[in-house]
Amino acid sequence: MNLDLSTSRGLVTGLLPELVLTAWGLVLLAVVAWRHKTPRDLRIAGWMTLAAFANSAVAVWWLWWNRVGAEGITPMVAVDDFRYVADFLFLGAGALTVMFSFAYLERESLLAPEYYVLLVFATIGMMLMAGGEDLIVIFLGLELMSVCVYVLAGVDRKSARAAEAALKYFLLGAFASAFLLYGIALAYGATGTTNLSLIGMQVASLGLAHSPLLLIGLGLLLVGFGFKTAAVPFHMWAPDVYDGSPTPVTGFMATAVKAAAFVALARVLVEAFSATAAWHGIVIGLAVLTMVIGNLVALAQRSVKRMLAYSSVAHAGYLLVAVSAGTALGNAAVLFYLAAYGLTSIAAFALVAARGRGGESDLQIDDLAGLSTDKPWLAFALAACMLSLLGFPGTAGFIGKWYILLAAVGTGKVWLATVLVLTSLISAGYYLPVIMAMYMRPVPFANAHAGLKFGRLGLVALAACIAAVIYFGIAPHRLLDLARESGAALQPSGLTTPVAGH
Amino acid sequence: MYDHFVLTILLAWPLVAALALWLVPESRAKHVALVAALIEFAVSVPLWWRFVPSAGMQFEANAPWIAGWGIAYHVGLDGISLFLVLLTTFLVPLSVLGSFTYITKRERAFYANLLVLTTGMIGVFVALDLFLFYVMWEVMLIPMYFIIGIWGGERRLYAAIKFFIYTMFGSLLMLVAILGLYLIVASRTGTYSFDYAFLLAHATGLGSLGWWFFGAFFLAFAIKVPMFPFHTWLPDAHVEAPTAGSVILAGVLLKMGTYGFLRFALPFFPQVALSPTVQAVVVTLSLVGIIYGGLVAMVQPDVKKLVAYSSVSHLGFVMLGIWALTLQSVQGALLVMINHGLSTGALFFIVGMLYERRHSRLIEAFGGLARVVPLLATALTIVSLSSIGLPGTNGFVGEFLILIGAFRTYPWAAGIATTGVIVAAMYLLWALQRVIFNKLDKQENEHLPDLSWREALVLVPILAGIFWIGLYPKPILQRMEPAAQHLIDTLRPGAQAALR
Repeated sequence: MNLDLSTSRGLVTGLLPELVLTAWGLVLLAVVAWRHKTPRDLRIAGWMTLAAFANSAVAVWWLWWNRVGAEGITPMVAVDDFRYVADFLFLGAGALTVMFSFAYLERESLLAPEYYVLLVFATIGMMLMAGGEDLIVIFLGLELMSVCVYVLAGVDRKSARAAEAALKYFLLGAFASAFLLYGIALAYGATGTTNLSLIGMQVASLGLAHSPLLLIGLGLLLVGFGFKTAAVPFHMWAPDVYDGSPTPVTGFMATAVKAAAFVALARVLVEAFSATAAWHGIVIGLAVLTMVIGNLVALAQRSVKRMLAYSSVAHAGYLLVAVSAGTALGNAAVLFYLAAYGLTSIAAFALVAARGRGGESDLQIDDLAGLSTDKPWLAFALAACMLSLLGFPGTAGFIGKWYILLAAVGTGKVWLATVLVLTSLISAGYYLPVIMAMYMRPVPFANAHAGLKFGRLGLVALAACIAAVIYFGIAPHRLLDLARESGAALQPSGLTTPVAGH
Repeated sequence: MYDHFVLTILLAWPLVAALALWLVPESRAKHVALVAALIEFAVSVPLWWRFVPSAGMQFEANAPWIAGWGIAYHVGLDGISLFLVLLTTFLVPLSVLGSFTYITKRERAFYANLLVLTTGMIGVFVALDLFLFYVMWEVMLIPMYFIIGIWGGERRLYAAIKFFIYTMFGSLLMLVAILGLYLIVASRTGTYSFDYAFLLAHATGLGSLGWWFFGAFFLAFAIKVPMFPFHTWLPDAHVEAPTAGSVILAGVLLKMGTYGFLRFALPFFPQVALSPTVQAVVVTLSLVGIIYGGLVAMVQPDVKKLVAYSSVSHLGFVMLGIWALTLQSVQGALLVMINHGLSTGALFFIVGMLYERRHSRLIEAFGGLARVVPLLATALTIVSLSSIGLPGTNGFVGEFLILIGAFRTYPWAAGIATTGVIVAAMYLLWALQRVIFNKLDKQENEHLPDLSWREALVLVPILAGIFWIGLYPKPILQRMEPAAQHLIDTLRPGAQAALR
């Protein structure tokens, strides 16, 4: 089904998932304004948020199922499989975050139902980023997302560290936004348009590939996205912010926010700048730096949350390797890896969140000693997460890494693939001690792990994550097909792209 | 029916059994595991008769797995892998039986790990799809890591992580090489497939890339073997692992490395592997391994460490035999792989039994055991002699074949390797003398119990194997010969091209 996006009917259809979610967000805002006092109100808001995500997911599914696309160059929003699959990722990550937040918010007595409102609006921002066919739309989506997440980082008003994290995130985020905006302005100056496909066509037809204005603009865009994806050397904020934020929010940031930045980055680079070969080298450089530094610094961490924060930086490096390919294979690998990494990482952060004892003590790796004897299933879950993050066969993380390697070797960059595997070997040095502590050290004292509590909903979400991580590690066909088809939906230079079938 | 499903059953059964272990009470776990391992062995035994030496790959099963990437579940068996599979299924029940009293905590988990490990090991030996091979190669790491890390000795954490990281280092590079091969072949033929035979047929003329790929495979396998400079993980892992872990490590896991050379590194890159440089490097490292491993073994105060270093020496023989590439030497190498599994496995069992009695593995803690535990001492003597290569035992046949085979290709190297046999005699006989002969001068040793029925049951099958191969190796050699000959025939043209 092809939409005509110049009519309001077509535009509404194309933006249905975002509109549905916005409507829910507004209703939620009204409800929360009235009811925000008791834990029960919190639960109501939580369930409503889940309903909102589910409803929006149905809308995305409807678009995807009917193969809704558009002829030629679309203004403002893209309607293609790449966007739909990315939307599924954001909605899934959002829903999982909500499920993990139920017990967490009550335990930490964070009676702030606006938490859920912010989550919904941040997700809308992400969906706009994934669907933006215009640099301005992407920027608006990014700002909507960022502002919500700044607040989410500091939602625990009692915590000084959370306040520090929020402020740091806000200042550096604003800085990054400025870079991005300046980059957009320069790109506009060089090509006279902010539409991605039109930029691509202008660059190709006017021979702007070496225009300094465009290249500087591209560089600034990369800096901006570098901040948002936490790529080295723009990663400085990430560990502190991840560490200070409430843990479910950290999980959300490490998965959904990062996914949104990567999805938008991939679209911008492929659609607008495929004729400008310069970015491949820059992205590869960022990728190598990010993999090496992220992994090495993670090695030195004793706190689980901080270790996961740095490991999230390292994973951004792997993702950049996939982005740097700039091929359909690379984009498919980005999507698959985001899904695999997202499932794993959100579950790992949830396990860290569950360990808090009111006011969230800092969980050290050694604190996990003997977890396997006290809570064998939770230990198994965390072990599965660690192995998936390490990229061990039998987990989704392995298939994801394999996909990225395939993309890298496919463009002839065997050395880059080698750097990737060697740096992931380093990561064994910090993922394995977690397993080691849980399985090979004795419980330090009785009831050492009594504080580890999950709500019922959280357990369901955790079980779902782990089951998916293992399932996609053994039988990834469906997800692979999905990633491949939607990865191919991104085409350079605004060639006419009716959406590929599935 | 049997031919088609046997390998799949061998792969799936231990996993099923491992899961089933969680349904039985902790105290029954070992019995259930033993039964499961015996069933596994029973299933594998008919392979021996149904195997047709001249038929090449057999017992094949092939089903698509991840079709989009050309990944298939493709397994099969030939004269090279047959014996390794049988060795695995033979050693696993013995390892279970040998752990009955050694493992006292978290028994269920231990036996579950052992069974999962079995699947991984058999998977490595039967995989005919490079993706499947890689997955199995990695998967068997985790249970071994747990076995060392949870049930190991004092320095188990260090040994476990060292083992893990060393192995992973090699295998990750191999992963890149596998991907490279896959994509090159795909770009040439338009078919994306990880199938072993398909890749082998099309991965020719790789030029300089062949060197890099070979290097990656070489590292992965050389670490596993382990060849001389890559062997440092082995003493730690062997010494810290519980008895069953050491037995499986020495008996089967090390063979994955040499198997990898035979199955992948050599056939895929014959021009590189048989180029004069690589030949010189491999032969030199093998010789260094043979002599160095033996010399270091000689000075070990710890019996288990002595046995561990003796593995470095034995595996050096295997590498030499493989690279000499004559029918005798390759058959000899295959035979030493089995022999080493039996003899070293038995040595580790006996060391474990001694440890359970005395809670020490130091040679100086023993002395004069022959009078106290005559049966155990006899077993130790026989096994040591077989490890040295006394005629009439299995060790002799294998090493002799390697030496006469290698003499035709590398006369000098074969000459030097012969001294390795002498070194082996030195360190083992000397250790034997200090442990079971000499004077019975320690009070603690005066009342050690002799072999129990259970322990005898562990050792007798191995001793039977030792004598069987030593006295009548013909049925085994017969089954190996076509596969070995095929390997040589396919490699020789490449070797000649390299020499030209």
